[in-house]
Amino acid sequence: MIDAVGLHKAYRLKKHQVTALDGVDLHVEPGEIFGVVGQSGAGKSTLLRSVNLLERPDAGTVAVAGEELTSLRGSRLRAARRNIGMVHQHFALLSSRTVAGNVGFPLEVSGVDRASRRTRVGELLELVGLGDKARAYPAQLSGGQKQRVGIARALASAPQVLLSDEATSALDPATTDSILALLRRLRDELGLTILLITHEMDVIKRICDSAAIMEKGVFLESGKVLDLIGTPGSLLARSLFPLPANGGPETVFITYPRSFDEPFMSELTRRFDVDVNILGGGVEQVAGQSVGRLSVDMRGARRNEALTYLSEHGLLVEEAGK
Amino acid sequence: MTNPTDVLVLAAAAADGGNAWDAIVAFVQDWPNMWPNLWLSTQDTIYMVVWSTIVSVLVGLPLGVLLVATDRGGLTPAPAVRAVLSAVVNVGRSLPFIVLMVAVLSLTRFLVGTTLGPTAAIVPLSIGAIPFFARLVETSLREVDRGVVEAAHAMGTRRFTIVGKVMLPEALPGLIAGLVMTVVALISYSAMAGAIGGGGLGDLAIREGYQRFNDHYLWATVILLIVIVQVAQSIGDLLVRRLSRR
Repeated sequence: MIDAVGLHKAYRLKKHQVTALDGVDLHVEPGEIFGVVGQSGAGKSTLLRSVNLLERPDAGTVAVAGEELTSLRGSRLRAARRNIGMVHQHFALLSSRTVAGNVGFPLEVSGVDRASRRTRVGELLELVGLGDKARAYPAQLSGGQKQRVGIARALASAPQVLLSDEATSALDPATTDSILALLRRLRDELGLTILLITHEMDVIKRICDSAAIMEKGVFLESGKVLDLIGTPGSLLARSLFPLPANGGPETVFITYPRSFDEPFMSELTRRFDVDVNILGGGVEQVAGQSVGRLSVDMRGARRNEALTYLSEHGLLVEEAGK
Repeated sequence: MTNPTDVLVLAAAAADGGNAWDAIVAFVQDWPNMWPNLWLSTQDTIYMVVWSTIVSVLVGLPLGVLLVATDRGGLTPAPAVRAVLSAVVNVGRSLPFIVLMVAVLSLTRFLVGTTLGPTAAIVPLSIGAIPFFARLVETSLREVDRGVVEAAHAMGTRRFTIVGKVMLPEALPGLIAGLVMTVVALISYSAMAGAIGGGGLGDLAIREGYQRFNDHYLWATVILLIVIVQVAQSIGDLLVRRLSRR
């Protein structure tokens, strides 16, 4: 649904040049929630703004729903943008308009008549759970409610793609949960494709099907979240499960890319006569699956056989010493 | 018309270290005599201020919008255009009004046919207030959240529409506050316009109050000017409060 190839973008700040995008390829499948995570200054924001051409990349092409946006200008670009909704970190609502006025804005701009606008705004507010707030002004709403208005507005022109610019970063944890749940529900109900940027790993864990880790204008890794977690040396896995690094050379990191019924640890001691001491671990719901990661201290003559046994059963084994 | 003896009485009272109460009573008793003159001058002042405000808004508002739109990061960045506009505005802002008035006399004669009277005064008043209001418009528009403008772009909004439906409505309370400041400045300028025969309360204060030593006229014009400014400011404050949704 979103295909960006070879994106480059540099800014000139005073004398020195800052490279925000340094050859990024981004492919987002239809109906997928794709998260880009990274520190501030990694280029996430520039990447997101390149998708709807709020920032025009210096090199590379962007296509959304098969239409190459980088070749469009003027009215055709504006028309294409109406197929891409955008949600903003600080909501970006018009303080001078009511909730209904804000949600109706994109419709008004694209020339939809008043009566149809009213109906559509009513539907959208119901969809985001704000049916009773149509006449309120943004200043009278909580952060979570403002973001719901932002989402309703982004969906007004029935876009296929939704861009989310740190949509939950200004919200408290409980509100973040409800907004993420809403995004996921909208994806399921409307078949939206969502590209989001965030600096919170939690967001990736909760709703993303695919993810990319970005640093200094490039993707360090990207792909399906579950595949990444099952990849040796994955930064994503390490960030999702921060484990104590205080183990000795005997420490082994074991990743469970899904939930298993087999009692592996007791099996190990019985079959291979190794001693297993669990140093740390965690289980998380990732992309709708239970994923776990353990850090264990394993000793014994048949240690290598034990590790091979785990790998053969689909667990990912990484030894600290290697 | 004023009775010269009143002035003498008042001067005498002031000279003795005076009875302030008697002076006030004398002033109040004199009010009905002065009123026809005061009323005519008040009408002239309002006439000058209203028309020059209208001209200032018609020219200053687009000018302010252009100053913001042509700036770096604006809707249509055009540094050269902006530099020229900004220089013109600065020239207008840097001239003391009393000098500006004299400097544009020939333009006034060309436009109005005369340099005397309230209608002639509208020309220098507008020229003085346009750059003043344009800068205030510029400041208010800069206060508009850039994120909202960006959101409008992301929704595929035309730049002209962004000005009309996003920037101006969002800045409205600030624009109204700027308009009130302009009106108050114009009231003060209009009094100066009196000095070169523009008419109005300033003219009356100088002719009757200063040149003919009639303190009652001076006090009366001061009171009327204060009342006019207060009324303008209060209406403005009320509007700003009503329109502010933040």
